[in-house]
Formats: sequence, C-alpha cells, structure tokens
Amino acid sequence: MVLETAHPYSKYLRAEMMPHIWCPGCGNGIVLNCFAHALDELKFDLDKLVVVSGIGCIGRTAGYVNADSFHTTHGRALAFASGVKLANPELEVVVISGDGDLFAIGGNHFIHAARRNMGIKVLCANNLNYGMTGGQQGPTTPLESFTTTSPYGSIENPFNLVHLAAASGSTYVARWTTLHVRRLTQSIKKMLQKKGFSFVEVLAQCPEIYGRYNKMRSGLEMMSWFKRASVVENFTDPSKAEISADKIPVGEFVDVEKLSYEKMLHEKISKINERAMEMVK
Amino acid sequence: MPERIRHPPLDKEKMEQVQTEIHLIEDQCKGCGYCIEYCPRKVLEESNEINARGVHIPKVSDISKCIMCSFCTAVCPDFAIFVEEKPARKVKED
Amino acid sequence: MQKKLLTGPYFLNGDLACAEGALVAGCGFFAGYPITPATEIAEHLSQRMPELGRIYVQMEDEIASMAAIIGASYSGLKAMTATSGPGFSLMQENIGLAVMTEAPCVIVDVMRGGPSTGQPTMPGQQDVMQAKWGSHGDYGIIALTPASVQEMFNLTIEAFNLSETYRVPTLLMADEIVGHMWEKVVIPPPEKLKIVNRKKPQVSPDEYRPFQPDDDLVPPMACFGEGYHFHATGLTHDESGYPKTSSSKVQSELVNRLCQKIEKNADKIIRCEETMLDDAEIVVVAYGIVARAALSAVRKARENGIKAGLLRLITLWPFPTEYIGKIAKRTHGIVVPEMNCGQMVREVERAAKETPVTFLSKLGEEPHTPMEILEAIKGVR
Repeated sequence: MVLETAHPYSKYLRAEMMPHIWCPGCGNGIVLNCFAHALDELKFDLDKLVVVSGIGCIGRTAGYVNADSFHTTHGRALAFASGVKLANPELEVVVISGDGDLFAIGGNHFIHAARRNMGIKVLCANNLNYGMTGGQQGPTTPLESFTTTSPYGSIENPFNLVHLAAASGSTYVARWTTLHVRRLTQSIKKMLQKKGFSFVEVLAQCPEIYGRYNKMRSGLEMMSWFKRASVVENFTDPSKAEISADKIPVGEFVDVEKLSYEKMLHEKISKINERAMEMVK
Repeated sequence: MPERIRHPPLDKEKMEQVQTEIHLIEDQCKGCGYCIEYCPRKVLEESNEINARGVHIPKVSDISKCIMCSFCTAVCPDFAIFVEEKPARKVKED
Repeated sequence: MQKKLLTGPYFLNGDLACAEGALVAGCGFFAGYPITPATEIAEHLSQRMPELGRIYVQMEDEIASMAAIIGASYSGLKAMTATSGPGFSLMQENIGLAVMTEAPCVIVDVMRGGPSTGQPTMPGQQDVMQAKWGSHGDYGIIALTPASVQEMFNLTIEAFNLSETYRVPTLLMADEIVGHMWEKVVIPPPEKLKIVNRKKPQVSPDEYRPFQPDDDLVPPMACFGEGYHFHATGLTHDESGYPKTSSSKVQSELVNRLCQKIEKNADKIIRCEETMLDDAEIVVVAYGIVARAALSAVRKARENGIKAGLLRLITLWPFPTEYIGKIAKRTHGIVVPEMNCGQMVREVERAAKETPVTFLSKLGEEPHTPMEILEAIKGVR
C-alpha cells in the first residue's frame, strides 16, 4: 500500500473544494467518480464543459467538478441549462441533479426540455428520497418505504424515471446502479457524445438516511440489494422497467437519433436570413 | 446458467502478471468498505489502523493477487484509493 | 421582413417599442411565456430575433423563462424576458438567483390589475413595491418606469445598460396603457446610441475570483466557455464563488455588498423629470401613465394661479429619498396619485418627513383624470 496525496482524476476536481461533503458510502461519490472517469476516457476539453446542478446532495457536484459550473435554485437546472445551451451551442451542458430536484419541483422543466430535444445531458442520481434535507419522501420513494415524512410507509406510487424520460422524448435513456461502475461510465461516455437530449439514471445509495430507515443500515447492505436485484434488460419496454425490492431493471432503454432543438433553430434562422436576403435583392 | 469451462490463457507461459501498486489517500477514506467487499480477487482487507476521520482504512492482504481490474479505483466514492501499474510489463521471450 | 435594426420614425405601441429597443440594445436571447398585456413583446420578438440571427424561445412557464435568461446571460448574451403581475410573482425566486449570482438581465413587467389573476386587460401600478421586495432576502435592484412609447424604447436600452454596468437584474415596470397605446417613436441610428457591455476580467484564469468586486462594488464577469472554470451558486459565497454557508462574516460582506452596489451608485442611476419645480409650492410626484395626467393637472393648476410642479419618477428603485426630502422642505404639500392602494407614496412619506402627503388612489381601467389630480392639488392649499 503506497500512501499518496494526489489521485489520477484530481485534474477533474477542484482541489480547494475536496474532500466532498457526502456521507461515508454515499452513492453520489461514485457517480462523481464515474463522471470523472468518463471525462478522462474521452479526453474531454474541460473548457467546453458546463456543469449545472440543482439543489440536493448531488447538487454539490457542480462545486466539485473543475469546469464552468452553476448551482441553480431548486428544480430549475434544466431551464437554466436550456438558456446556456441555446446561447452557446458549442458548450457541452451537463445537468447533474437528483430525483427530487429533477422530477418533483423540476418535473415540468424536465419533460419540456426532453420534448424539445435540447442537447442537454442529464445525469440523475436517484437515492429514493430527499437526502440533503434529512430524508423526506420523494417522487421515486418506493411504496411502503419509510422516510421522515412517511413514517407509516409511503402510500405514493413512485415514478418509473426510465419510462418518464422515454415518453418525454429523450433520445438516450439508461439506468444503472452505483455497483455497475463500468457500464455507468460507458453510458456517460455515450451520453456525452450524443447530440440530442440524453438521460442516465443512477440508483445511488443513501445509507445514512434512506438505508437506515429501510433496514439497509450500511452502504454495503444497499449495494448488496443492487447486486441481488439488478437485471440487465437492454432495450426492453421502458414502461415495464419499474424498480421493486426484488427487481431493478438496468441497462440502456432508448438510443435513437433525432435532430436537436438548437440544430433546428439554427437551420430555421439560416432559412429566414436567406429569404430576407432574397426579398432585399 | 451455462457451464464455465476453466482453462488457463493459452499464452500464460509468455505473459507475466501485471505488477501493481495500490495507493491510498489515507485521510480521505471514510471506511465504506466497497473496495474491500467488491475486489474480485480479495486483495484488500480492513486494517486495524485508524485514520484522522476515525475509521479503519483498508490494507493490502496480498498484492500478488491483484490483476489491476481497477474496480477499487472506480467504486471509491471518496477518491481515496487507486491502483497503478509498477514498471512496464515484460513479455518473456520463448 | 426587416433583416436589420429599425432606424427612423415609426408608429408603434409600447410593447413593440420595447421589443425594438431590446434589439437595438443588443439583446441576443429572449425567453418568455404569453401573458396579457406583455404577449406582444414575445410575439414580435419571435418574428424579429431570427431575422437578426438571435435566439427566441418560448419556455414552459415564467419560472423557466427567468432561469433560462440567467443561463443565457452566463453564456455571454444579453438576455430579456417580459411578463405581467402573475408571471412576475412566479419569477421572484429566480430574480433572487440573478441578484445573488449578479447576472445581468432585463425583466419587463407590463403591470395589470391585480392581485392574482385580477384584470388582465386593464392597467395597474400594483407591482411597484414587489419590484424592490418581491424576492426573499435583502438585496438591491434597479427598476425603471416609462410614461410613453418613446420611453418604452429608450428605457429598455437604458435597462440593458444599467444591468450590464451593475451586474444586476433590471426591471422595466410599465403598465398596460403604456404597453398597448400607439405613439410615434423615433429610433436613432446605431452610432447615436450609447450601448454598455459588462466588464470582463483582466486577469488569467488562475488569478480570477468570480465575485471579487472592483472599487465600484461590481465584479468583472467571465462567461462559460472562456476557460475560467469558475463556479457560481445561489448559496452564500465569497469571492471564490464557492459556497460558504457557515460564516457570518461572508454572509454579512456579501449581502451588504449586493445592497450597497446599488445604494452607493444611486446618484448615477436615479433619473427623474422635473416640470415647473423651481418655485413650486405643491408638488405632484407621479410615474408611468399617471404622470401624463399629472402633467396636465399641474399646467391647469398654474393657469389657476397655483404654484404647482411635477416630479416624474423614471427610476422607482433606487428611490430618490434624499432628493425628495430636499424638495419637500420647500413645499406646502405633496400629492401622490397612483393606480394602487398606496405603494410608492410610502417612500415619499418617508422622504418628505414633516411635509404633508396626499395620496390619490385609483383602480380599474382608467388612470386618474387631470381634473381629479387638480382637485387634490387644490385640496392641499
């Protein structure tokens, strides 16, 4: 064992902000690790990267990645990112946010950004609750699970995020868990190279809160749930990809090509300018 | 589940197993245990040493078993552990 | 189909003049949502922006519109949105984000009857206090208020210039009448116009601190994609841009600077129009469409031998407290007509101290008539 002070991915992280604030065993750290790994494999030009995050534990990611970054108000990351992308389509805009931020308060912005096919890449760390504020019920909290605002067991049906993203028009939809580090990295790489709206959901463990409330007291126990229950089902019907205690369908569900919004806008503007030129002649 | 037929690699005599070094950034480790649990070759184990955070950091039980799959590097949430190759791999001449 | 910016005399309504003013000011991005009576701004820009190679997008709601213009501003473009009362309320949280991250942008509020859905097609001046206090927390903001279609054009350009100079969201508080009435507008050629752009950093990326202010309390602004790798957040932060949520020193310095940024520079920002004020014994303080009736009233008063004068506010915020205080000392009384239940009049009372202030409220489809204001002026003597 060599005692060391610098990690090979340190150039993707802001040294003055490390170590990060996440709990021991938090899945968000693994999401950040896979993201850095994907950037490394692609030899990504960090000058072109903009990381936008919402509010939540995973929302702190924007502060940790060594690129232009912005930490928005709760739920508005996609709307902000739309403005960034349209203003400068050369930038690669990645929204890294959580299940509550993207699908509760931010739900409307998500479906419209996907519908428009904005060329924004969304990496969603789904930890099944609102971690930052202490572990409240969220839109992806499984039925009958315990959180601080569902002390008798949740009676709300959770979203099937893969289905929601696919139905909204996302051109790339994938789901992995933090155990599937290799495949998650490959999905992130693929996402960064696609042109249209792309979405990768990562089931991330929240051992300190969600895990503790639901009989999975350590990160290792939640990881073993991921290991036991996940099944790779590439390109199966997204509407059937629900998460339950016994089954976590993972894989790539949608991978299509569709003209992105900014490309269409650019083409329209060019056409209008051409016609105006002809009228002036 | 299809039956696996175990067969050593055909060029096993020529190739030398990669020599690795596992690096630990001691005080960044939060003791989650993922690297120890999920190493496919069981190279790591929990040590008795305690770092500045008050957790037991991992230690290498047998470096010769390490094949540099880098799962520990990829799964660590705290960027506290990474594996690197030692000097370049030598290919034994026939 | 106009491929260029307009120049010369035109007959436009306030909304159209505002839109053309934005184009002339260099607005590169507009995100909006339809709402009466500001819809024409969005409709006109949806046609004009692509003609000039600029970006128009209709977002799913006003919250998204406000977030998108902050994003576009951080990507380097001058950005604007337009709305009315209900949308203005929705935008407040993100206006706070724009203030906190010091994003230059312009928000047009064509005020209508409120509260809530109110009277969508009728004028009002009920959002003017909300302009200053609408978002939570303490902050400084700039709000301008036009009284004619020409001013809708001029003040839109002014709003962009102020927002770029002070890195603050600037509000254009119009009302439905100014927005929908048709008047002559003269658009000067580009070389006659003063356009201000934001300060850019003069240091290398390693030395750059995104929220390190210069002496004018405004930090130079880098944009995404320029290699600065900076971070901006709505959380309390220091000059490095990173969140520092546990330090009272950081909170105090940041919030005070956001307020002082406007207060300290107030003398450069405040604009008023004085009419017959030098020897006035009774002063009418008015703004927006009401000021047009007030002008008529003041002239009639003079004909009747009353030494009346008009102070028309062009900036609502920062409020010219000191200035009104000075005027108040040499008058018998101040009359404040507003199309609300008493908003700016409170600031006038605060500034005027001992001098009596008469408030004239009017709600509904018509602003005050000159006769109504004249009666109030006569009532002061």
